[in-house]
Amino acid sequence: MRPARRAEPWLLLTPMLLMLGVFFVYPLLSALHISFFEWDLLTPPRFVGLHNYAAIWRSGELLASLGTTLLISGLVVAASLGLGLVLALAVHRPGRIAALARGAVFSAYVVSWVSVGLLFLWIFDADAGVVNRALVALGASPVKWLTSTSVAPVTIALIVIWKVTGYAMVVFLSGLSALPPELGEAAALDGAGPFGRLRHVTLPLLRPTAAFVATTSLIASFQLFDVVRLLTQGGPVRSTTVLVYAIYEQLFRDLRVGRASALVVVFFVLLAGLTWLKLKAFRAAEPT
Amino acid sequence: MIGERRLGNIALGLALLAALAWLFPYAWMLVTSFKTPQELVRAPASLPTSLRLDAYVEVFRALPVARYLALTTVMALSIAALQIAIALPAAYALAKLDFKARGLAFALLMSALLIPAELRFVPTFTLLSSLGLVNTLPALVLPFAVSAFGTFLLRQALLSVPDSLIEAARLDGASELQIVYRLLPPILAPALVAFFLVSFVHHWNDYFWPLVMTVDDSVRTLPLGIALLREQGAGVRWHIVMAGNVLLSVPALVLFGFTQKHLLRGLGSGVG
Repeated sequence: MRPARRAEPWLLLTPMLLMLGVFFVYPLLSALHISFFEWDLLTPPRFVGLHNYAAIWRSGELLASLGTTLLISGLVVAASLGLGLVLALAVHRPGRIAALARGAVFSAYVVSWVSVGLLFLWIFDADAGVVNRALVALGASPVKWLTSTSVAPVTIALIVIWKVTGYAMVVFLSGLSALPPELGEAAALDGAGPFGRLRHVTLPLLRPTAAFVATTSLIASFQLFDVVRLLTQGGPVRSTTVLVYAIYEQLFRDLRVGRASALVVVFFVLLAGLTWLKLKAFRAAEPT
Repeated sequence: MIGERRLGNIALGLALLAALAWLFPYAWMLVTSFKTPQELVRAPASLPTSLRLDAYVEVFRALPVARYLALTTVMALSIAALQIAIALPAAYALAKLDFKARGLAFALLMSALLIPAELRFVPTFTLLSSLGLVNTLPALVLPFAVSAFGTFLLRQALLSVPDSLIEAARLDGASELQIVYRLLPPILAPALVAFFLVSFVHHWNDYFWPLVMTVDDSVRTLPLGIALLREQGAGVRWHIVMAGNVLLSVPALVLFGFTQKHLLRGLGSGVG
């Protein structure tokens, strides 16, 4: 449609562009700028060139936090895909129990990370937590859910999985509802059993949905912070220090704004790459 | 070969198991909140002997719950209202008006989807602190004034609104602003409701931004306050923390119960 006046579209877009400029474009450019300085928020910034980037590389904190993030993200993405799909297939039917399961699993999505974090902090408590009490009652030995460097990242991943699988399930459910039912019926007439139909008809058609779920949960788990801060504060021995937590620590514990900004810049480049993947998946998922 | 009926039973079993795995933590939270400190020490993993509300009384004594609740709600409502007020005209221009740099403006908006709050807070914090806004309500609201997700949602919904409707309004002498804020909202109601719910729930629950933008109790939100319960006093008094957690999660769950369908429509539309 032709605008009533030529400037009209820009007038309508002004509030959005203004806010985007102040709260999105400026912070990002400013982070890039500050990343070349050493600054503790109290004394004037001092130009140090690429020193901050060299420091996060040499100290190993970039690779370590990236590795931790990837480990947790990998588990979360695998479970979103696997568990999300299995649950979607299980509850994609009429009936009370299916509806109850749908609501229960998805409800975790609307509950805050704080609620979920506190809840599992208590459930996984080393001594008084219900999981370890049950293990002991069954004759097994208790597990150091949050205090062992090898178990803690997995525990964090489990909690994130509990929180986000409902979203994956819902996306798979809408993918399943969009499939033409005639396809399954035709395959059944041709003698395909339920598993054959799943493997040869349903799964190939759900591939774009799966790509969307995978990239969405990958991006979301890259932004993980709340559970880590509430449950482990990055520990034990930095075994759960994910990227965002590393940035937070640099800024609020160490007052190293320059180094925090260098991490922000690296993180942004990574996210940009991931989002490019997501947009590709999203285009593939759009009905043509 | 497994028969259809057996498969149906397996699915039913799985659904039951999932319901159990997802409902148990809520149940455990509720059970713990009714316990006495003595019961917690003696038998932390057993059921309480009586329904005691002491822990809830303690939460209300330790925290200004009503104030946190009011502030959190005002903040989340302000964010949602501001987002909608800004997104409506932008979505209208992007979906319905022809102009040269439309593709560019749309690309700029979509790239904002890329930048989560966790990436923006360092410079935004220094910017807001130079304006003296840290630890105020505007610091919690203004940085979220643009919702790329919501603007995208409204734009998609607008694409299926016929041009003739808007042209008729123009012939009747309606200004563009009247079209945007009077004519369109009723037509876009389903998308607006989904947008509102996703935004409200997200910001009502937010922990990160209020954590980094507040320094004392004056504009602290409920999730932050409840998280503080764990850090208060000697030892962790889990019955009190869980009572606080019930107060924090019940509003979200109730809202969820009433609006599940609308929420699903917002999320099912893709760009979550």
